[in-house]
Amino acid sequence: MGEDLDPLGQIRELLLLQSLAVLSTRNNEQPYGNLICYVASSDLRHILFATTRSTRKYANLMREARVALLVDNRSQDPADTFRSMAVTVLGVARELEGNEAEQARETYLGRHPHLEEFISSPSTALLRLDVEKYILVRRFQDVIELQVTP
Amino acid sequence: MSVAIEFKDVSDEQRELVGGKGFALCVMARDGLPVPAGICITTEAYLRYVADTGLRVNILRELNRKRFEDMRWEEIWDTALRIRNLFLRTPMPERLTFSLKHDLSWFADDRAIAVRSSAPGEDSSKTSFAGLHDSYLNIHGMDALLDHIRLVWASLWSDAALLYRRELGLDVERSAMAVVVQEIVPGNRSGVVFGVNPNDHAQSVVEAVYGLNEGLVSGQVEPDRWILERASGRILSHRAPLRDRFVVLATEGVRTEPLPPDKMQSAPIADSEVKDVHRMVLRGEAIFGGPQDMEWTYDGDRLFLLQSRPITTVGETSTDDQRPWYRSLHRTFENLKDLRGRIEEELIPKMLRDADRLAVRHLASLQETELVCEIEERARIYKKWQGIYRDDFIPLAHGIRLFGMVYNDAVRPSDPFEFMDLLGATAMVSLERNRALEALASSVRIDASLRDALGRGAIPESFSNRLEVFIKRFGDLFESLPDATRYGERLIPFVLELAGRKPIEERKTGSGVEDRREVFLSHFTGKKRQEAEEQLDLGRASYRLRDNDNMYIGRVKAQLVKALDELGRRKEQGVFAPRPVAWSGDVASVIEEVTRAHPPLTANAEADGFSTRARQIVGQPAGPGLATGSVRIVMDAADAFRFKAGEVMVCDAVDPTMTFVVPLAAAIVERRGGMLIHGSIIAREYGIPCVTGVPDATSRIRTGDTITVDGYLGIVIIERDDE
Repeated sequence: MGEDLDPLGQIRELLLLQSLAVLSTRNNEQPYGNLICYVASSDLRHILFATTRSTRKYANLMREARVALLVDNRSQDPADTFRSMAVTVLGVARELEGNEAEQARETYLGRHPHLEEFISSPSTALLRLDVEKYILVRRFQDVIELQVTP
Repeated sequence: MSVAIEFKDVSDEQRELVGGKGFALCVMARDGLPVPAGICITTEAYLRYVADTGLRVNILRELNRKRFEDMRWEEIWDTALRIRNLFLRTPMPERLTFSLKHDLSWFADDRAIAVRSSAPGEDSSKTSFAGLHDSYLNIHGMDALLDHIRLVWASLWSDAALLYRRELGLDVERSAMAVVVQEIVPGNRSGVVFGVNPNDHAQSVVEAVYGLNEGLVSGQVEPDRWILERASGRILSHRAPLRDRFVVLATEGVRTEPLPPDKMQSAPIADSEVKDVHRMVLRGEAIFGGPQDMEWTYDGDRLFLLQSRPITTVGETSTDDQRPWYRSLHRTFENLKDLRGRIEEELIPKMLRDADRLAVRHLASLQETELVCEIEERARIYKKWQGIYRDDFIPLAHGIRLFGMVYNDAVRPSDPFEFMDLLGATAMVSLERNRALEALASSVRIDASLRDALGRGAIPESFSNRLEVFIKRFGDLFESLPDATRYGERLIPFVLELAGRKPIEERKTGSGVEDRREVFLSHFTGKKRQEAEEQLDLGRASYRLRDNDNMYIGRVKAQLVKALDELGRRKEQGVFAPRPVAWSGDVASVIEEVTRAHPPLTANAEADGFSTRARQIVGQPAGPGLATGSVRIVMDAADAFRFKAGEVMVCDAVDPTMTFVVPLAAAIVERRGGMLIHGSIIAREYGIPCVTGVPDATSRIRTGDTITVDGYLGIVIIERDDE
């Protein structure tokens, strides 16, 4: 996929084609990883995701807002090692409230309509990851970093 | 399903399974045309082999190191060699071996066999790309047969095939190769026939040589040529060449021999045989439904057809398509031997005479118009040598590749470039020069008073004499630079820098190389051993010249730069009018190339609110080892002069005017890729980690960056301290 695109184009395509990502949080010294459903903003500066407030990842996020997110397009074929692409997103996540949360909910449902029940529950929190950096890995070991400019 | 089918049993539906060449032979055999007996090994065997052994993923790894568009031909060649070595070192799964041995038992005796590629889609498309895949002649015994089947499979990924990957639709998931295994007819007269002359559709063409067809097909033997009236078969003309050689079966493979004098005066086939061949191509045309191009051979007076394919137009190529030129770099051993003689005995002495002749001319005494004429003459001489460099010197480098294949076939090493260690033990001028520099440095190292004197700018006479000897032999290291000043200002600080670090050792020792040579030669006996020694000798000459010819052409270029520098200096001093000179059209581009300033370097790109930088770049592993250091971007000899011991040299393309700093470098990173470029060769000589083929190396890495060079895996890691 997207071999002819520039790195930013490749990241955009990857984030659009995938819907699941691994979210990394931390409980003191202990790293923790989860699968989440996400949606990225068109300018790639923000990523929305949701979690119920009773989860460990929510607790972790409330203590430490800095997170890493991994999105990739592997297909469990041995050839993935050389053909798949992965992007690590680094940034800060915060819970959205009020109007912001309303708008985000609509955007989120546009991408994941099957999660309506989950997203409408009062116990579910919507969070926004403000991206600081993308790290794109292609062809197994080719690594490019894209930093958000202020 | 069986993986091998006899010619006569192949059905029309099995065309893709047996490939284009195989299918045409089967059709001819079915229709009663005289075809040597044989068997097709289907693409199914290839697919089982690459799937069951895991080779498919390894091929994918080799092809995905970097974008094809970013690869130079040299890198594509290296990739093809790596893949070929994977096939050589990966045995067939037991079940497949068993099945093939059973189906091919017919060939288990000592008869001579041909093992030929037969790619699906080949020979049927509108565009012909003949000769992209390999075939092998005169193979004996089951083990050798199975080995050569693997080599034919490997040629699905030959460098030529990779160059035309788009047109061929090459795809690791889907592409496969069938193989034709056929009894060899020991033809004593052979040739090709074109049912339609591409230049005149009312005519046909027959070409014939003595011996086997390989002489004609490889271009080594010039054929007799007949033009016939297509409809009637009447001979319209016959052109006889200088008949002096022919190709015959050797103990293994084939070899070229001088033609016996009694055959030199007569055509390989009589007019009646020309007509027989022509009748055969018309029969083929009737069977296949279109004009054919056929290969044939006579065993005594029996005619056999070896191959038939539709006549196609040569692939549309634009004039800037470099691929036909790359393919022309593949030369035979005989051709390279001739080329080597010409280069060593004729061209290099001539080039050096040109450089020496120009060096003694006194530029300072020339008037303005004389100086302009002198520059144009020097540019013409340099341009002439650039052309010879491209047409003769670069093709000779193929001798290294040819030896690499011979070595890998015999030794099957885990490192497909191990053969280069055998080639390095040879007289390279750049290494001699570096040894002479090291000798100067070691005198300084052990003599504190000399070091102090040089540091103050005072040069003792004895040392000055030694510098003169050095310059006489190797030239001033900085002579190709504009504003070349006296050596004292540049050479001495460099010798002092060299003296400041511990003595430099070349990696090779004579005995290690000698052992490896013996191991290599122990795979051959009798005449084969002698041939292997000759291949090694040619490989060493190619390797040596690959470096030396650059040193020599650098000396011609230096004379052009000196004259341009003289002009620039006088303009600055107001001696000449400061108007631009309008150079003659034929040399303007050469002068522009020599005087062009390097474009500014940009390490980061900014777009759409993101700044981009490389963290890790993948190139090709070109010299094993791991090293971390501060980067110095080296674009020319002036940058090289600023180089400090322990820095990592990052450059666009190492050229001989820079290689004197290599012994100071912790590692080398080069944008240009390939195992046979100077950076790789010199790095291997000194055992310095080296990664080549790093896209945009000099713009994505900056002077002062700290980088780690992983010469084992071919990776460059750019360190930052922000996380």
